[in-house]
Parts: sequence; C-alpha cells; structure tokens
Amino acid sequence: MSASLQKGINALKEVIDAPVASFFASCVHCGLCAEACLFFTETDDPKYTPIHKLEPLRRVYSQEYTLLGRLGKMLGLSKPVTDDELENWSELVYDSCTMCGRCSLVCPVGNDIVYMVRKLREGMAVSGHAPDGIRSAAKRTIEIGSPMGVKWPAVQHVIKDQETATGLTIPIDQPGVDIMVLLSSMEVMNYPEYLGALAKIFHKAGISWTLSSEAFEATNAGIQIGASDLAREIVSRIVVAAEKLGVKKVLSPECGHAYMAIRWEGPNLMGRPFKFEVVHVLELLDELRRAGKLKMKDKFTMPVTLHDPCQIVRRGGVLDAPEPLLQQVVTDYRPVADRNIWNWCCGGGGGASAIHEPDAEALRFKVFQIKKRQIEDAGVTTMVTFCANCRIVMEEAIDHYGMNTQLLGLTELLAEHLED
Amino acid sequence: MSEMIFLAWVRGMGLNIAIGIFLLGTIWRLIEIYTLGRKQDVAAPRHRSGASGWHTMFRRSLPIPGIMQRSPVSYIGGYIFHIGLAIVVFLFAPHIKLIQSLVGLSWPGLPSQLIDAATVVTLAAMLVMLFDRINKPVKRFLSTFEDYFTWALTFLPVLTGYMAVKHLALPYATMLAIHILSVELLLIVLPFSKLFHAITVFGSRWYNGDINGRRGVPV
Repeated sequence: MSASLQKGINALKEVIDAPVASFFASCVHCGLCAEACLFFTETDDPKYTPIHKLEPLRRVYSQEYTLLGRLGKMLGLSKPVTDDELENWSELVYDSCTMCGRCSLVCPVGNDIVYMVRKLREGMAVSGHAPDGIRSAAKRTIEIGSPMGVKWPAVQHVIKDQETATGLTIPIDQPGVDIMVLLSSMEVMNYPEYLGALAKIFHKAGISWTLSSEAFEATNAGIQIGASDLAREIVSRIVVAAEKLGVKKVLSPECGHAYMAIRWEGPNLMGRPFKFEVVHVLELLDELRRAGKLKMKDKFTMPVTLHDPCQIVRRGGVLDAPEPLLQQVVTDYRPVADRNIWNWCCGGGGGASAIHEPDAEALRFKVFQIKKRQIEDAGVTTMVTFCANCRIVMEEAIDHYGMNTQLLGLTELLAEHLED
Repeated sequence: MSEMIFLAWVRGMGLNIAIGIFLLGTIWRLIEIYTLGRKQDVAAPRHRSGASGWHTMFRRSLPIPGIMQRSPVSYIGGYIFHIGLAIVVFLFAPHIKLIQSLVGLSWPGLPSQLIDAATVVTLAAMLVMLFDRINKPVKRFLSTFEDYFTWALTFLPVLTGYMAVKHLALPYATMLAIHILSVELLLIVLPFSKLFHAITVFGSRWYNGDINGRRGVPV
C-alpha cells in the first residue's frame, strides 16, 4: 500500500462517526437517491446513484468498524480499497457530485448522503485523488489569496472603479464597524458591480462597514476539495481579520460555497464559535426590506424566475429571504415547480466548475438540461440567482445550448432599482 | 413422529438460540454504531435544532412528490409490504399469544380472514418489489447477494406461515416447524444485514433531521 493511500484510508477512518455508521447500516439499496440526483436523471446511468458514489467509504466503514467486516478482513475475504479504485472514483466524487444535497432530502431511511460525500472527499484529497482543477484552486487560495489568483491590487482596482461609479467611499480596514464584507473572486472578476451595489445599499441604510485588505476572499476551495487543513487555513484568515477589526458581523457574498464555508463549516474547522456573526447578504437585505429600508424607485418588468443556489438555500438554510426580496424588485415572478429546498443544482457546485477536463465539462452541459427545462417551463427569458458560481456555470451552458436567457444577480438587481 | 421432534426443537431450543442471537446481535450492533459518537457542531445554529430529528423521523415516512412518480413501485410496494408485514406479524392472534407467553404483553388481533388477505397482499407486493429490483436498472446495479438473500429471508416466513394456516403442501406440524425455523433465520440475520434498518432507520432519520435542523432546513 502506498503511503498516500494509507494516509487516505486513515483520513476516512478518522471521519467515520456514528451518523455515517447509522446511515450505512440503514441503506436498503432502494435506489431512490438516484431519482433526486441530476447526474442520474439526465444521464440514466446507474453509476451516478448517490449512495454508490460512497462505496469506498462504505467499505472502509465495514472493514474497520463492524464485527463481520473485521472478521472478513482478517480472513482475507474483503476487497480492500486501492489507489486505482480511488482514482476511478474521482469522477463520481467530484465531477458528478456537486454536493447539492438533494439526495439527503429523499432517502427513505433518512441518510444524509451529502454529509458522507463531504467526508469521503477528505480521504480522496489526502490520497491525492482530487481533480487537478480544484487542487490548483486550493493551492492558489493558500499561496495568492484567492482561487482565481486575484490579488489585493486587483480588488483595489475594482474598489476605485466602483467608487467612481457610485460616488461613494468604500472603506478599507476600518475597525469597530458593524459589518466586514467578504467577496468571492468570481464577483471581483466578473461582477464588480456587486461591490458598488453594496456601497449604495449600506449608504442608504446607514450601516457602517469595511473591507479587509487581509481577508477579502470568502470562497474556500479547501472545503470543495475536501482538505480540512487547507480549509482551516483559508477560514482562519477571515476569522483573524474580523476579530482584529472587532466587527459585529461578517457578510458572506452571494456565492454558495463561500457561505457554507464561513457560516457552517468555518467554526467547526477552527474548533470554536466565532466572536462575530456570519450573515448572508440576502439575510441582511431581507432584514432591511422588513424594516422598510430597502425601497425601490421602479421595478423590473420582464417575467423572471428564480434559481435557488443549493448551498445557500437547501444546505444553508436561507429559505425565506430570496423570494420576498425578488418580489420587491420585479413585477412578474414565475416560480419554477421544484423551488426553494427542492431546487435543482446548476450542475457546477462543489468545485465541479473548477474541473476543466473535457468529459467533466460535457457532463456538466448534459445535466444542465434539467435547468433548461425548468427555464422553458417557467416561460421566461430572465433568471435571477444569488451565487456567482451558479451564474457562470449556467451562462456557459446557456451559450452552449444557444438559449435566449439572461441571468441576473439578485443583489445587483436590487441595487439597480434602489430608490436614489 | 420426527416432525413433532422438529417442531418441539424449533419452538424450544431453536427459538431460544434465535432470540438470543437477535438480542445480543442487536445490542452489539447498536453499540458498534452509536458509540462512534460525533463531533459537536460548534457553528452557531440558526435555530436550536430542538425536535428537528423527531420531525424528520416522522416526515420521512411520507411520500415525496416527484420522487414517488419516478419510482412508484418502490414507494407503493414499499408501503404495502411494510404495513402488511406489521399487520401479519403483530395482529395475527397466534402471534399475539406467542408474544404474550414471552413478554406478557397482549392486544386484540384481527379476524383471520383479514390476516389472510393481508398476507396475500404482502406476498404479492414483495414479488413485485423483487421484480422491480431485477427490472429497474438502478436497483439492479445496486443489488448484491445480500439484497436477494434478505428478500428471501423476509418472504419465506410470510409464505410458510400462510401455507401452514391453509394446510398447503405439507402436514400442518411440519409446515409450522418450517415457518418457525424461517422466522428464526430471519431473527439471526437481521442484526448483521441491511435488515437492521428496521432499527437504525430511527437513528439515521434523527441525525439527518438534527444536522440540517441546526441550519434551519426541515429535511
């Protein structure tokens, strides 16, 4: 056994806990999880059945933690997990799983399958079987500060542009303010207006805020790849900066995995609760809306539908803010059938969009067909969402299919129609 | 007379062994699984998770729209055979008498015609489920020896019980002995196979409900 494989298996042994044992003990192979997974529904290939993606983890559990499994291992009857197998499994654990968590909602025995996928990724990452794309994104985050290689000077450039566009000052490294704002590289690169939008909204609502030059990046490729040590290092930058500035709240950007990383995984990676509250930008905006501080000068009149990003809604629990906020700014909202916690993934979450292998990309376009049907059924040409990654993944697919659909970010849309 | 000895053994020693293995096996497996524990989630919860685990325990028994349409046999067949099994096992008068003799508890049973009907429906549902397992690509792909073996271990007691009551094929005493033996096999295998979901289903649903309840997501 290679040293890296041994490390991987040790990592798996480490992450197996009572829920995992209970889940594996309960699985009856009914296959219902497949029906909830877009990688199965859009390909009809049974290998994409979510519980099957966990097979290496199941075998380690069985061989290490059950009486019969240990007996089988002693007698040489069980099939050990090998490097080749994990290499082959990379496609099932990364390319074809976006950690959207829909399977965890349907399992009749109650298995939280995505909880286990996250754990299997720990072993995959340690044994060197994570895809290059996510691996290099994690490396760039550690070395440069962001997964897309965006450095602080690039952010400063965006700040200048947005200050000019809005006529407002964007505060940097201000201690003692209410909110420290985090960004995702995607936003810095592709939707710099997000920052200007926030500046306008905070100015109107009279909220004090700041960016930190030490920690602006909210996304965490360490979590996507499944490497807790990297994930911890990335999160700790934010925690150190926020606690040094003494802010009350840290604002997670629209980006889904950023929210998951800082809000739910972050404290567990650090092993302690934070001294500040983590709030998703939509939660904050909805609070302002309810307080009557988010008034619109006019509304967007074309018919729109909404894409709920998995990590923010189904897995993150921001359930009630998105729809009222959207209705605040549009006149013709047409909900899709599977919405809120039942929404279908864009196909590129969980780091999948960072994998640039041709097969993975082709698969991503294929599974996008479910979103395509949702958009067509809603009968709209505009879809609003609140995750920069969802947006880019869907824009690529929309181009691929030559669809006449525009995508808008909810925060920007609100900012654009905000009362002056 | 040898069938009477066989019957006496399965009713006496055989049953004791089976119940012994079942109880010890169940306790062992519960310890094996649940003493693994889990790390405390230190992220500030959106709501206290409270009764989320208990809600999920109940909610997950309800059909899920969309999924039900995509795999109707799993759902409808699954409901019928689980409810059918519960009726046949716990509401057949002789079973209640046996339970009373073992643990002292008893409750009213159902008339035998209803039990007959429930038995036939359960057997039919299980056959349909088996067919679906072989026929549906996902289920066939996931299935291992254990899936077919545990199916047979569950099917046999229902079938042999029905045959004993209806005096089919073999003399009553022999068929009854075979019936009891088949139940004993089921009891012995249950803790060490996927049949153990009968017990861990509650723990699994609770964990899922609790983990997600902290984030404010009712699952």
